[in-house]
Amino acid sequence: MKLTRRTLLGTAATGAAAASFPLTRARAAGKSLKIAVISDFSGPYRDDGGPTSVACVKQAVADFGAKQKGYDVTVLKGDHQNKPDVGVGLARQFYDQGVDLVIDVPNTAVALAIQGVAHDKNRAFIDSGAAGSSLTGKFCNAQSIHWTYDTYMLAQSTGGAMVKAGGKTWFFITANYAFGHLLHDQTAAVVKQHGGKVLGNVNYPFPQTTDFSSFLIQAQSSGAQVLGLANAGADTVNSVKQAHQFGLNKKMKIAGLLVFLNDVHGMGLEIAQDLILTESFYWNLNDRTRAFTKRVLPRTPNNYPSMGQAGCYSGTLHFLKTVHEMNNMKAAANGAELVAAMKKMPTDDDAFGKAYIRADGRFMCDAFLFRVKKPGESKIPWDYYTLLETTPAAKAFMPMAIEGCPLVKA
Amino acid sequence: MLGFTRAQSAGFVLMVAILLAAPFVAYPIFLMQVMCYALFAMGANLLMGYIGLLSLGQAAFFGMGGYVGGYAVQSLHLTPELGVVLGGLTGAAIGVVFGWLAIRRQTIYFAMITLALAQFVNFFAVQDTGFTGGENGMQNIPRGKLFGMVALGPDLHLYAFTLVIFLAGFLFAHRVIHSPFGQVVKAIRENESRAISLGYKVDQYKWIIFIIAAFLAGIAGALNALVTKIVTLTDVGNVTSAIVVLMVLVGGIGTVFGPLIGAAIVIAMQYYLASFSDWVTVIQGVIFIACVLLFRRGVVGEFAAKLKLSL
Amino acid sequence: MMMIFGKPAPLLFGQLLLGIINGSFYAMLSLGLAIIFGLLRVINFAHGALFMVGAFVTWGLLHYLGIDYWVALFAAPLIVGAFGLLLERGLIRFTYKLDILYGLLLTFGLALVLEGLFTNGFGSSGVSYNGPDILSGTLDLGFMFLPVYRGFVIVAAALVCFAVWFTIERTRLGALLRAATENPSLVQAFGVNVPRLVALTFAGGVALAGFAGVLAAPLYSVNPNMGSDLINTVFAVVVIGGMGSIGGAILTGFGLGVIQGFTEVFYPPASSVVVFAVMAIVLLARPAGLFGKAA
Repeated sequence: MKLTRRTLLGTAATGAAAASFPLTRARAAGKSLKIAVISDFSGPYRDDGGPTSVACVKQAVADFGAKQKGYDVTVLKGDHQNKPDVGVGLARQFYDQGVDLVIDVPNTAVALAIQGVAHDKNRAFIDSGAAGSSLTGKFCNAQSIHWTYDTYMLAQSTGGAMVKAGGKTWFFITANYAFGHLLHDQTAAVVKQHGGKVLGNVNYPFPQTTDFSSFLIQAQSSGAQVLGLANAGADTVNSVKQAHQFGLNKKMKIAGLLVFLNDVHGMGLEIAQDLILTESFYWNLNDRTRAFTKRVLPRTPNNYPSMGQAGCYSGTLHFLKTVHEMNNMKAAANGAELVAAMKKMPTDDDAFGKAYIRADGRFMCDAFLFRVKKPGESKIPWDYYTLLETTPAAKAFMPMAIEGCPLVKA
Repeated sequence: MLGFTRAQSAGFVLMVAILLAAPFVAYPIFLMQVMCYALFAMGANLLMGYIGLLSLGQAAFFGMGGYVGGYAVQSLHLTPELGVVLGGLTGAAIGVVFGWLAIRRQTIYFAMITLALAQFVNFFAVQDTGFTGGENGMQNIPRGKLFGMVALGPDLHLYAFTLVIFLAGFLFAHRVIHSPFGQVVKAIRENESRAISLGYKVDQYKWIIFIIAAFLAGIAGALNALVTKIVTLTDVGNVTSAIVVLMVLVGGIGTVFGPLIGAAIVIAMQYYLASFSDWVTVIQGVIFIACVLLFRRGVVGEFAAKLKLSL
Repeated sequence: MMMIFGKPAPLLFGQLLLGIINGSFYAMLSLGLAIIFGLLRVINFAHGALFMVGAFVTWGLLHYLGIDYWVALFAAPLIVGAFGLLLERGLIRFTYKLDILYGLLLTFGLALVLEGLFTNGFGSSGVSYNGPDILSGTLDLGFMFLPVYRGFVIVAAALVCFAVWFTIERTRLGALLRAATENPSLVQAFGVNVPRLVALTFAGGVALAGFAGVLAAPLYSVNPNMGSDLINTVFAVVVIGGMGSIGGAILTGFGLGVIQGFTEVFYPPASSVVVFAVMAIVLLARPAGLFGKAA
């Protein structure tokens, strides 16, 4: 029986070590803070979050000058493996260990689940990597902030700006799951609202689709001017790559409704050129973004930050500033109080400039419509985007009146 | 007692003692998840260990059990114990159909049919955003009040509830194996054609075991929904089907305590390896390989073999 | 315009052709699996991962060594095959005497390890690889514009499939292989080194996955998960064709590609499930698959 018992006890002991000793928040130094990055470190969103998000959080701690100001900040990380129950388990454990802030969490399903935990434990949560606008809609709560972007903003920027530029007729290729549908529905609505027309849509099985040629042919025969890709990650890469093979890029404008800089890097400019997309941060946008990127690059030499990761920087920095401003560690440990204080204070950092957080927890930043450069136009490594248009924050995000966030009614 | 050997009785007493003490030293949610997956794995173990069939689609029962259980509690406002029962019945009902199709085939064909059938359930879960919540899943499932009286919100209350169901499931699975019915099942595994020639309707036995496994998976899924307060596509996905196989394998195929130990190890890996972040997949793969090459009998099996006990 | 079932005829012709192209990948991958299963009785779950390795090797040859596509077309399968040889000698051969399920579990673990290593090494969004210039551009077929490279894929896949089928069914080496499948101890008694034959067969099957990887590199996103997206479908193909049947794997591969192609026009969301529907039906009607011998 020895081994079985030892195994059982061993497991129990590990659990105990994790759960019991930090339960009483060790604040010997007076001002210790813990930030946990929960992200995808081993799966398809690793490059859009993962190690680079951790690098950005650490950069924020450094830029804030935590040591000089007398804070002892620990940055932890956990891999949610794109499984909501793993994410929930991690978040609970982190919060119980005295973690003050969980940040990043790409993948809306995992983010929604963790948002619930943050509420139960009354601790702060900043989502930067996930797209679902429902995070600040019916699932919003007083402990959570959605940074960086959401599906509604992508639809407004990419859909609205392209119709204005003459792309009146659209054909969509949509990943057949909630995120794809949301992206499609919101963009299609914007297209119609601006006087455009949707000529067709295919819902393809997600995941398990690698070949998009059939859908591309259908798009081509529809005669639409714009091909809207309501998908993400490898699916977008595959659809753009194959559209290129079929010569679609010569006949239609291709709009990637959710494309990160890292995806463009994966495609290569030869393929990605002229793709239209929206991000709320681009490293080479202005002097401040370049300065931030220059600082953070030594921590993530092979992967430039894209908007989700820059959001982790911005969110962490604002969190630290707020804690410092509150000057009351006990109040800062109360998620609702902390987040309320974060909402009260305007944000300002190198990645996003001046911005603010709305009552529903929506971080309000501008949305930028970019065109991907042709290989000849790109002068330095990762120099990929040309700015086409800016949608101001107030227009980019869903009005609180129609969002249905319970916090706002109160 | 209950058909236990002496070693098994000792093991059982020890297990109950540890599970009673555990929530005061370890993380209750972690322990509850271990028990949920242990129930799930006990079903898979009945299939793998006692009739020698590998199913690659167990997640269909676990996930649908979770969805129905979660729906019952969240939208129909039923009490949690009813949710769990409904989850189990859902698993069993799907098991009746899938089993009827799958048990006609052997080994690899059986595995592939279960995989294919699970694919349909997965397809349904992705499509139907009204019931399953699609990609977002079912969120914020309330734990409710047991029999409408005892609130399960506090972790320790839910822990007690989970423990009772787990022990009931454990004894039930054990009872199945040690009944005359179970003896026939074992005879089928040893020599199927002989069992047939003795006049046993082999397919019916297999079918019943399949349904029992699906029932346990459904119970486990619904219970897991109460514990984690969510049900998502992961729960009906192929990865979950693979994970339960891994649990049985690590714990020890065909052992009584294997599923619990296997579940504890695999869930602990998910919890504690998460901080190794980048290496989770690699480590899981290495464990798979190591189990096949070095510990084919699993932790419990190897240990029992060393002591010449049956555990 | 001519219409068939409410869809324009040219669209359907196009779909048929695209289905055949996708089918060529299914055929090549399931062929390798079928060969491995036929002789080794191992369900190689790592096949998709080795396909991915083939694509990455192609990219690596160009990126690090400046070796172009045409050389990679031969070099990458050899490299992947050699790697397969190591896997067989180092790990897989220990499962031969065990229940068939252990081989499956071992190779499943292997797939996880390979995918994990490549994710750590190259990131998740993958790397970009462009095909040779001479194969870029499109062909006007009247009913559709076909990218030249896809035409090349059909030809290359058909040639390779035929060559493999011919080798196994019509040559002395093939006869030896088939004999070793039926009765290894007898073949061993004739002085043939069966373990070596088995190892080389595994390497050959895996090299086919590597070859498919080379063909896929310019078409698809080269990323660590590219194999796992495909592997379930390919397994279904092998099962439908009949485990271990060479010709069955090839025909079923192309056939399912076409069925999937048409589903993509009439009801796109079901195009991944349709393969499993076919599989369930076939298995219930013909337990050993369409071309397999009854067990």
